[in-house]
Amino acid sequence: MTIDELEKTARTLRLNIIKMIGVGHKGHLGGSCSLAEIVAVLYFHKMKHDPHNPLWEERDRFLLSKGHAALIQYAALAELGYFPKEEIFKVKCLGAMLQGHPDMQTTPGVEANTGSLGQGLSIACGMAAGLRIDGKKSKVYCIIGDGEIAEGQIWEAAMTASFYKLDNLIVFLDKNRLQAMGPVVERYNTNPVPEKWKAFGWHVAETNGHNIKEIIDTLDQVEMVTGKPKIIIAHTVKGKGVSYAENVVAFHNGELTREQFDRACTELN
Amino acid sequence: MKTQNQRQVYGETLLDLGRKNKNIVILEADLGKSTMTCLFEREFPERFFEMGIGEANMTSFAAGLSLTGKIAFTNSFAVFAAGRAFDQIRQSISIPKLNVKITGSSAGLSDFGDGSTHQSVEDVAIMRAIPNMTVLVPADGTEVRKMTKKICEYHGPVYMRINRNDLPDVFPEDQDFEIGKSYLIRDGSDIVIYANGIMVSRALQAAEQLEKENISARVVNVSSLKPIDENSIKKFAAGIKGIVTAEEHSLIGGLASVITYILRGSGIPVSAIGIEDKFGQSAHDYDELLEAYGLTADNIVSSARELIN
Repeated sequence: MTIDELEKTARTLRLNIIKMIGVGHKGHLGGSCSLAEIVAVLYFHKMKHDPHNPLWEERDRFLLSKGHAALIQYAALAELGYFPKEEIFKVKCLGAMLQGHPDMQTTPGVEANTGSLGQGLSIACGMAAGLRIDGKKSKVYCIIGDGEIAEGQIWEAAMTASFYKLDNLIVFLDKNRLQAMGPVVERYNTNPVPEKWKAFGWHVAETNGHNIKEIIDTLDQVEMVTGKPKIIIAHTVKGKGVSYAENVVAFHNGELTREQFDRACTELN
Repeated sequence: MKTQNQRQVYGETLLDLGRKNKNIVILEADLGKSTMTCLFEREFPERFFEMGIGEANMTSFAAGLSLTGKIAFTNSFAVFAAGRAFDQIRQSISIPKLNVKITGSSAGLSDFGDGSTHQSVEDVAIMRAIPNMTVLVPADGTEVRKMTKKICEYHGPVYMRINRNDLPDVFPEDQDFEIGKSYLIRDGSDIVIYANGIMVSRALQAAEQLEKENISARVVNVSSLKPIDENSIKKFAAGIKGIVTAEEHSLIGGLASVITYILRGSGIPVSAIGIEDKFGQSAHDYDELLEAYGLTADNIVSSARELIN
């Protein structure tokens, strides 16, 4: 895919998110939309995977440690044909394939059950270690949030990844600067972020999380680094692409009115 | 009576299994010389993960390993393995039914010196409450060996609880272990004693004492608390005048809960021996501590006597 096409894909993914939230139900709009470009690059450009064979042994793995942003992963999996597109209209319906948080048992393409924050990174580390034992070339991509890194388990995993030199692990930190109750710096400051990861033995890179070319270039650069795990701190805007939701805490997990829904569709079409 | 140490047997069995199956990986939280996973580490360092003193991360990391086809065993003291890592066991492992085995070592009061912080009186209750979880409490070293092999063949999450100290042999060498089954260790006709862990050997001592008093006691080893074959539990109680349960665990959520629930409506009187809703404490001697908490053969005998009269 060209950069233009990936940009268009990111817009489509955001539109899918809006469709999944619909009118009258809550949905994690903000933290899903902040990831649209990163997810577009990973699923439509970078990762080795096969929608017709989700358990293909040589695939790269994608783990959403910030599992509440499930909608962005569902948006991509639906576009790629991991499951019929109609499923996106049934998110969180009783008995639906698409649960409120990623469920590997119900959804093809989902690699683990995440949502209890902090655990996904440890799972990603275990996967990276397991793939290495088997001599696989597969990479593990894991996405964590800047609110999530308040979880102590994140730092346990951070130590493990560098101790075991898991260089097949690439983490994106979605630095959208807002957590459920307000700005991260005010509610529970997790900064300074790059210094912490450097101190824990990681290779640290930074990128504009909404610039497709910059994301690709950064991924290509960190890929060259061996002997340590890699983290890309992605500077993002929570709710990106939906004008009235950008940087607005209420859209962490909010409901859309009919008017807001229509406006988002217009903006993203 | 010959005794064996469950931890030693467990460590040797892991090593034996590791030689036969390359997919077995062992995770440890800095207690390898105590849980005896050090035996595996010595021979298979590439399949052994020292996770530092971080049980939460160890548990989710094991989930990740299992997602690449490994059979992962996490190890720590029971109080940390099941308690500190509860949410990781629930979310990372049990919801998706991953193939991770959680071994809770030095369980119950068996780490007698270290006191309440290191003793687990509620681990079985916590693990039993988690959907998809299998919960096992072996009675001796022989059963640990058979159980460890069996859970390796079973695909799914398992919690196995292991004692720190040497325990008398009670599980017959020629008896196969099956998940979900209960085992008749000694037959009798007046009283049935359902027990697990260290309390199986104490129940046998009690049965001998009761025989001298002309009370015939049946002893059943309920090492599988979940799943459990309810019909066989009911069958062991058929024609019996009284039921005693005996466990080294809180009376809330363990063996007593399991048995009284299954036999509700049977009308047979029950006496439950276990730890009353309280924490452990330090002692210089394991037997001394068990006695302080009423976990003795004598207590089983007097309970049985009361039920008969």
